Amino acid sequence: MLIVIGAAAALAIVVPQTNSFVVLLVTRALVFAILAMSLDILLGFTGLPSLGQAAYLGVGAYLTAILATEYQIGLGGSFWLVVVLGMLMGAATAAFFGLFAIRATGVYFLMITLALGQCVWGLAYRWNSLTGGDNGINIPRRPDFGFQLGSRDVTYFYVVFAFFVASLLVMHVLIRSPFGRSLEGIRERELRMRILGYNTWLHKYLAFVVAGGFGGLAGVLWAHANGHVSPEDVVLTTSVDALLMVVLGGSGTLVGGAIGAGIVILLREYLSTLIPWWQYVLGGVYVLTILYLPGGLMGIPAQLRRRSAPSGRPEEAKKLASAPH
Amino acid sequence: MDFWLIQIFNGVSYGALLFLVASGLSLIFGVMRIVNLSHGSYFLLGGYVALSVIWTTGSWALAIPVAALVIAVVGLLVERVFLRPLGATPLRQVLLTVGFAFLFQQAALDIWGGDNLDIAPPEALTRSVTAGGLYFPLYRVFMIALAAAIGVSLWLIMERTRLGAAVRATVDDAQMAAGVGIDTSRISMLVFALGAFLAAVGGVIGGAFLGIYPGLDFEILPIAFAVVIIGGMGSLTGAAIGSVVVGLADNFGKALFPEISYFTLYAPMVLILAVKPTGLFGRG
Repeated sequence: MLIVIGAAAALAIVVPQTNSFVVLLVTRALVFAILAMSLDILLGFTGLPSLGQAAYLGVGAYLTAILATEYQIGLGGSFWLVVVLGMLMGAATAAFFGLFAIRATGVYFLMITLALGQCVWGLAYRWNSLTGGDNGINIPRRPDFGFQLGSRDVTYFYVVFAFFVASLLVMHVLIRSPFGRSLEGIRERELRMRILGYNTWLHKYLAFVVAGGFGGLAGVLWAHANGHVSPEDVVLTTSVDALLMVVLGGSGTLVGGAIGAGIVILLREYLSTLIPWWQYVLGGVYVLTILYLPGGLMGIPAQLRRRSAPSGRPEEAKKLASAPH
Repeated sequence: MDFWLIQIFNGVSYGALLFLVASGLSLIFGVMRIVNLSHGSYFLLGGYVALSVIWTTGSWALAIPVAALVIAVVGLLVERVFLRPLGATPLRQVLLTVGFAFLFQQAALDIWGGDNLDIAPPEALTRSVTAGGLYFPLYRVFMIALAAAIGVSLWLIMERTRLGAAVRATVDDAQMAAGVGIDTSRISMLVFALGAFLAAVGGVIGGAFLGIYPGLDFEILPIAFAVVIIGGMGSLTGAAIGSVVVGLADNFGKALFPEISYFTLYAPMVLILAVKPTGLFGRG
């Protein structure tokens, strides 16, 4: 906990001192951190591996871009209104999608969320009159927030940073609440929760909607971080990236998603300027994480402890894990 | 009327290509319950390897089997060395296949560059045949014939041989199949290699009119999944019907409602998954 607060504070102090490339890079990483954490609610806490989380990012981002270019909404004080609209829109999309997806489990949940994500991508890619098709939409400028902290980029960094911290807090409170505990119960053993009288469908559905809402928020922030929205933001690989961020950092930890997002964005956008074969590093990191770090980076301490501990306790833990539920 | 005939012909020939990619994917899905996100890579790599064969030997006919066999070996290695030891954890399997998709993408970029390349079919196949006053490109006729031949051979293997019966048993219930003495691990290995083989054939064949370029892997992949889901996983007949349905839906969607053309492809996939997750013709 203290470490997280310390790291966040360090980020807020150090980043604005650096050059604008780093500021932009960290801003993007923070946006993806919000998306990854929203996915972690599903994957890490509810046990629902979604392959379509980019859809909500896309919905939020396109909403922002269309409002900004067609109606000049969201470039001044109305930015905050767009944030609320983006979250609602993401949540509403998830509420609609969830009606189809929540019944599915395991591999089928992966497939149906993939298909739903592709539906959104298809519309973004082809519905030229609304989305600009393949070219996407350029957003003329960053919003005026009515205050200025350093340059425009630094100001926007602070805005995104604030949203990141707020999202982390809200999600943290949510998963520590009785509702969050019931989600973890569903992840461990859905049948048992149902027998205990929980409406597990509803709990999963609500988690899906909440994750969609935060996905929409990430979308609004992404649109202005990039200044450009295109079908690239909604493709399957973006959803896959989000999943990998969560697993790389450690699912079921929230903060892990943020760490994963930082690493992936750093590799993708910084390493690619240094070496042409950066994708080997990224692919290698993924493969190695999945093979050797099932708990992600956040799981390393536990993994080390297990290795160094005398044989008694891990055995017991293993026995507990394999006991019939 | 001519419009409809031409569109149907185009749709069916595109479906023939999809069948090559999706039949293997469907069998892999059915036998191993893996969402194999590197399947598009085998398609793309197949096309690239074929190009290298054509550049060195000049023979297009040789390129198809060589590319298919090379990629089958790659698939076999990935399955044996990496996927098998992971065990049945769907999420980790999916992510591992993505990791490999990225590695393959970079390797392809390093070896063959980032240009949009074309696989030129032999002269004899570039002509058109006339029927009822309409011109049909011979190459598309060839695609349909090849897919049909492969489909029939696969069907015979699946329905008429002991190995095929073992595969079907594994699709229906892997645990029971293992229980009655079927080596399901070997079945998985064979099916995965076969899937890579077929995808590579698809890549060579499709390279003539889709082109071969970075990013094609993740373009063809979701479409192949749509076929698998609409047809039903683990079912060859389903994959055949699904391919034609998706091929036609794609063609007519683009011709008639261009603005929502991909939506018309994936929305039915969602509905089928929501109502009957094993697909229209899925087993079990």
